[in-house]
Amino acid sequence: MKDDVELTREDRVANLKGMGCARKRVEDARFTQGKGNYIDDINLPGMLHGDFVRSPYAHAKVVSINTEAAMALDGVIAVLTAKDLEPLSLHWMPTLAGDKQMVLADGKVLFQGQEVAFVVATDRYIAADAVELVEVEYEDLPVITDPFEALKSDIVLREDLAGQTSGAHGPRKHHNHIFTWEVGDEEATNQVMDEAEVVAEETMYYHRTHPCPLETCGSVASMDKVNGKLTVYGTFQAPHVVRTVASLLSGIEEHNIRVISPDIGGGFGNKVGVYPGYVCSIVASIVTGVPVKWVEDRMENLMSTAFARDYWMKGRISATKDGKITGLHCHVTADHGAFDACADPTKFPAGFMSVCTGSYDIPVAYLGVDGVYTNKAPGGVSYRCSFRVTEAVYFIERMIEVLAIELNMDAAELRRINFIGKDQFPYQSALGWEYDSGDYHTAWDKALKAVDYEGLRREQAERVTAFKQGETRSLMGIGLAFFTEIVGAGPVKNCDILGMGMFDSCEIRIHPTGSAIARLGTISQGQGHATTFAQILASEIGIPADSITIEEGDTDTAPYGLGTYGSRSTPVAGAATAMAGRKIRAKAQMIAAYLLEVHDDDVEFDVDRFVVKGAPERFKTMAEVAYAAYNQAIPGIEPGLEAVSYYDPPNMTYPFGAYVCVMDIDVDTGVPTIRRFYALDDCGTRINPMVIEGQIHGGLTEALAVALGQEIAYDDMGNVKTGTLMDFFLPTAWEVPNYETDHTVTPSPHHPIGAKGVGESPHVGGVPCFSNAVMDAFRAFGLRHSNMPHDHWRIWQTAQDLGLHK
Amino acid sequence: MPEKLHIKLTVNGKAEEFLAEPRELLIHTLRERLRITGPHIGCDSSHCGACTVTLNGKSVKSCTMFVGQANGAEITTIEGLGTPDALHVLQESFREHHGLQCGFCTPGMITRAAKLLEENPSPSEEEVRFGMAGNICRCTGYQNIVKSILAAAAEMNASKEAAE
Repeated sequence: MKDDVELTREDRVANLKGMGCARKRVEDARFTQGKGNYIDDINLPGMLHGDFVRSPYAHAKVVSINTEAAMALDGVIAVLTAKDLEPLSLHWMPTLAGDKQMVLADGKVLFQGQEVAFVVATDRYIAADAVELVEVEYEDLPVITDPFEALKSDIVLREDLAGQTSGAHGPRKHHNHIFTWEVGDEEATNQVMDEAEVVAEETMYYHRTHPCPLETCGSVASMDKVNGKLTVYGTFQAPHVVRTVASLLSGIEEHNIRVISPDIGGGFGNKVGVYPGYVCSIVASIVTGVPVKWVEDRMENLMSTAFARDYWMKGRISATKDGKITGLHCHVTADHGAFDACADPTKFPAGFMSVCTGSYDIPVAYLGVDGVYTNKAPGGVSYRCSFRVTEAVYFIERMIEVLAIELNMDAAELRRINFIGKDQFPYQSALGWEYDSGDYHTAWDKALKAVDYEGLRREQAERVTAFKQGETRSLMGIGLAFFTEIVGAGPVKNCDILGMGMFDSCEIRIHPTGSAIARLGTISQGQGHATTFAQILASEIGIPADSITIEEGDTDTAPYGLGTYGSRSTPVAGAATAMAGRKIRAKAQMIAAYLLEVHDDDVEFDVDRFVVKGAPERFKTMAEVAYAAYNQAIPGIEPGLEAVSYYDPPNMTYPFGAYVCVMDIDVDTGVPTIRRFYALDDCGTRINPMVIEGQIHGGLTEALAVALGQEIAYDDMGNVKTGTLMDFFLPTAWEVPNYETDHTVTPSPHHPIGAKGVGESPHVGGVPCFSNAVMDAFRAFGLRHSNMPHDHWRIWQTAQDLGLHK
Repeated sequence: MPEKLHIKLTVNGKAEEFLAEPRELLIHTLRERLRITGPHIGCDSSHCGACTVTLNGKSVKSCTMFVGQANGAEITTIEGLGTPDALHVLQESFREHHGLQCGFCTPGMITRAAKLLEENPSPSEEEVRFGMAGNICRCTGYQNIVKSILAAAAEMNASKEAAE
C-alpha cells in the first residue's frame, strides 16, 4: 500500500485496466493452448452416445418404426421413439414462441432432417451404425415449401392444430396460418400514401439462412439417481432458462437441476433455442442412469437447428417530391417452417421488426406480419442481431434506396434530410419505440467525409461512361447503410421469454485481500465477458481487472439471468454489474469512513481508494477496506463485502452506425471485389476498443456472407440443398477484405455506464450495405431491386437481365 | 467386424500404440482415444480446418483421414506447439492482436499458421490469406488473425536474425 503513495493518479487508473482500455483477453490463454472446454470435450465416466434417425422426407406419414435390428447390435443400449416419450409427455415440447414441437416424430414428419428416433450406444460409431439399422416406413405426403402456396393450400400441415382458430398470438386465418401481428395505424398510413406526391413500392425476399457457429449444438446429460440430481452441460446461450424449462417439462424440482454452459464455440443465435437433442439426452440419461452425450454434426446443424430470416417483405414508402418521407407501410409473410419455434420475447411474434422505420423521422407507419407454416425446419432465431432487427434494417435501407431511385435523388442526401434530429431524442417512433439517444447527422457526415463520398460518385460516373464506351467490363457500386439497432431486451414490463422477465444479474464477492469474483446471468460465446465485465467492475470499485474473476454459465453458482443474445449482455448484465459494484462501493465507503475516523459524507471515492475530502493524503484503498470488512469489528456494519444486483432496464438501447462499401463488379463473371469498407459505429460508452473492433470485423464478415452467398435453400420436394459447408457459404480469409473502423460516442442516457452493446450492429448494418453496393453498381442501368444472396451467379444474372452482356 | 489395425503413432513427441478399427477417423483417435482435445470438429467434411494437425510435416485435416492412413506418422497438435511456460510465438501473437474470439477455430488456425510460416517465413498479407483459406473462423472476420500471423512472422524473423 505504501508504494501506491508514489504512484500518480494516472498510473493508478492505468493499473486498474478499467473501462476504455484495450485490455488483452483473459480467455485467450486456454484457447490458444487447446485447453478450452467445449461440449464435445466433456467426457464423463460411463458416458453413452446418442444419435438421431432423421427423416429423409419433408412431409410424410410415419407408418412404422422397427428398432429390432438396431437393438440387436452389440453396444446399443436403447432406441427411443415418440411412443417411449409419450408416457412422460415429452414426445412434444413447448417452443419459445408459444407453439409446440415434436421431440420425436409423432405419426408424421414435417421437414427433412426431423428427429424420428434417438439411438443410445456405447460409442459414437456404434450409435451411427444403429441409426442405419432402424427401419422406418414412410408414406410421403405433398410438400409445401412456399408460404404463399401454404396459405392457399387444402393440405393441412399441422393436423395436431386442426380446428384451432386461435394460436398463441391470436386468430388464425387458415390451417397453415400461425398469426397476424399488426403495429401502427394502417388507415392513417394508407391515407398518407393516397395523398402523397411520390410513392415507391418494392417487394423483397430476405432469404433463409443459418447462424452456423463453428461449434455445432450439443449436450451431455447426467442423471445421478442416488442423489436425485440432474446435471446438464450444453451449448446454451440461456442456461438459466434451460434449467427452468427442464424443470417444468421433467417435473424434477429446479434445485435438483444444474445446468452448465461450458465454453461455447460461437452462438450467433443458434444456441438460444431448446432442441430435441437436449431433451433426448436428458431422457436417455434418466432412463439409463448414466451420462448421455449428444452432439450434432454439421449437416444436422444446418438442417434442423435454428434457421434465421425467411421473410417476404412488401413495402410502400411515401414522400414529398423533394424527398421528405411522409409514411411507411410494410407487410411481411414470414415462413416459420414446420413449428413456430422463433426465439422472440413473448409479446413480439415478429421480434422487433417494428423498428423498421429505421433512423428516419417517419410520422406515420404500419407493419403487418403473417406467420405461416411450411415443410421447412423450425427456428427463426436472431442470427447475430436483436430479434428480427436485421430484417427490419435491410427493409428500410432498401426502401430508402428504392425511393431515391423513384425521386432521382442521391441516396446519401435522402437519408440525411430524413434523419431523426439530435434534438428529437428521446424519440417516439411511429411504431411505438422510444429511441434513447443518437446523433445521426454527425455520424453520417463523418462517414461520408472519411470515404470522400463525392469523389466516389464522380469516379462511379466515369466508370459508367467508360463501360458504355466499351473501355471496361467492370462496374462500381457504392453501398450505403445507416442503421439503428434496438438491443438489450428488455424491460420486464414488455419483454419476457416463456413468462420469464428479461432482467439480468450480477453478484460480486470481494475477497479479504482485495481481489474479487463476480458472477453473471449471461454466458460468453466468444464476446470476452471475462475480460470486459472485469473492466466495468474495475472502474466501479477500484480493484484491478486482473484481480477480478468473472464466472458465468453454471446455474448452481451464478445468479439467475436470461442469457446472452440480442446484444443484451452489456445493456442488461453490464448494467447489473455496475449497479452491484456501486452497492459494494457504498458499503466500502462506510467502512473507509470508520477507519479514517470521519463521517461517511466526508470521504469520496477516487479511482482505487476512499479519500478524506480536502485531505488527499488521508485515504484507505479498496484493498484495505476489503481486509477490514472481513477482519475488523465495525459497529453497525455486518462483516463481509458482497453485493448482488438484478437489473430491469428502463428501456432498450439504440446503437447506430454509418457504413459505406465500395465494390467493383466484373459484369461478365458476376464476381464482386470489395475495394473498401468503412464502418462507423456508435455503441455509446466504449468498454474495450479492441474487443469492439473485433466484434465489428466479425459481424461485417457474417454480413458479407449473408449478402453475397449464404443461404439455406430447398428444392420443391423440401430437400435441403445447402446442407454442408461445400454449399453453405462461409467466407474464408481469401474472400474477406480489411475493414476500416471508426466511431462516435453517444452514451445511453438510461444505462448506468452509458453503454449500448455492439456485437450485432455490424451484421445489422453490414447486410444492407454490401447488398446496396451490388445493386448500386447497376442503378445507372435501370436496376431497382434484386434479391439476396448476391452470389456470382445471381450478379451475373442481374447483368444478363439488364442486357449488359455482349 | 473387420480385423483391427495395429497402429503406431508419435503424437506431440510421445509414442502411441493401439489396435483400431479401420474406419476410425484420426480426429477421434486424437480426441477420444488419446484425449487430446485441442483439435476440434467443426464440419466433418474437411472445409473448416478446426481439426487441423501437422502430420509428417504437412497440414492435415484430421476429420477426413482414417487413423490407418496415418499409421507410423509423426503428428503435432496445438498441444505440442508450446507449453504454458514457453508459448509458441503465434500463441502469444494471437492474444496480443486479438486473433480469436470464441476460440473454437484457434487450435487449428494456429497449427496451420505455424506450418505456413515454416513453409514461407516471410509471407505477404495475400500469401497469409491464401495460405490460411482452409481454416474458417466465424467470429473475427480474419483481419486480426492475419495481423497476428504477420506479426508473429516478423518477430520470428527478428529473433532468428538476432541469433545469427
